[in-house]
Amino acid sequence: MAEITQLIHHYLRHNKKFPLVFCPGCGHGIVLGSLVRSVHALGLAKDNVVIVAGIGCSGRIAAYVDFNTVHTTHGRALTVATGIKMANPKLTVIAVMGDGDAFSIGGNHLIHAARRNIGVTALVLNNFIYGMTGGQCSSTTPEGAYSHTSPMGQLESAFDIVELTRAAGAAGVSRGTVFHVKELDALLTDALTRPGFNLVEALTPCFTQYGRGNGFKSAVEMFRWLKNSCLPLERYAKLEDPGGKIPIGSFVRRDVPGLETRYAAMCQGLRAKKGGAA
Amino acid sequence: MGRNRVVIYPDWCKGCGICAAFCPKKVLAVGLDGKARVVNEEACVNCGFCEPHCPDFAIVVIPEGEPVPPESAPLDSKEETP
Repeated sequence: MAEITQLIHHYLRHNKKFPLVFCPGCGHGIVLGSLVRSVHALGLAKDNVVIVAGIGCSGRIAAYVDFNTVHTTHGRALTVATGIKMANPKLTVIAVMGDGDAFSIGGNHLIHAARRNIGVTALVLNNFIYGMTGGQCSSTTPEGAYSHTSPMGQLESAFDIVELTRAAGAAGVSRGTVFHVKELDALLTDALTRPGFNLVEALTPCFTQYGRGNGFKSAVEMFRWLKNSCLPLERYAKLEDPGGKIPIGSFVRRDVPGLETRYAAMCQGLRAKKGGAA
Repeated sequence: MGRNRVVIYPDWCKGCGICAAFCPKKVLAVGLDGKARVVNEEACVNCGFCEPHCPDFAIVVIPEGEPVPPESAPLDSKEETP
């Protein structure tokens, strides 16, 4: 086990201030570890990996890792990632976003990235709330949950990230949690190797902004909630009454080439046609 | 039971208590200063929970027979000081 921590230290930027800025018990650090382990497991060179992050707590992740990193404006991580992938398809591009970043402010970009099937891995850290800006409800806040802008309980229903991305046409969609770390590692590694647009949703508890207002007494209790309410897709499908349970695992796996591959093929076809005519 | 070494970097620990709450052998506990402490190292079975679940990368478990990384030695001795 010791090598896990050693390799995480190997991939971190040592001139940054540690410990991480995240609150005690925040799952974002666990996702960061999972990301590093997945990149290491695939043997990708640091220079061939690009992390694009938006704004929010999750945006801080890009600052800590020693890859090529871009910190973009709110919700626009995927647009920058799309540009990078089209310009240099050899790079492994990972867009790290929060739920507000990916589905509220950048919701339009996400559905179109999924429709285009651009070869980017989207890692969405879903903590059900806008953590950094002070605990406003987001588009993934569950119905009835409390937040600073829904003090009587959220009236709107929440987005199901998996169903939305599936409907938009993504090549791969999966959901993991920070409690089920080994599964999250496997889902992320799988997403990084597959062609097309792959989205991994990681459920990560935000005790400071979400947990305290919703009856959780500590961050540990939120991890216990994840442990008890999330179960593998196969077992979830057999449940008669899914009430409150969350399925995790790989939901969509379609083998469709990414936009950058189709674009390269089109360019090659045109060049061949031009060469033949001359 | 193996003789695994469990090392905590107190400078990085934020005391969230996840390691102590889920350790199956109660090797770890949260100390009075709010940081994680190794209280029963002999009981560690190297189950692999605490190391990837620590959000701040503050725990290292060194399995029996594996060399202790040199950089963990000074941090380990720092742990003794109040």
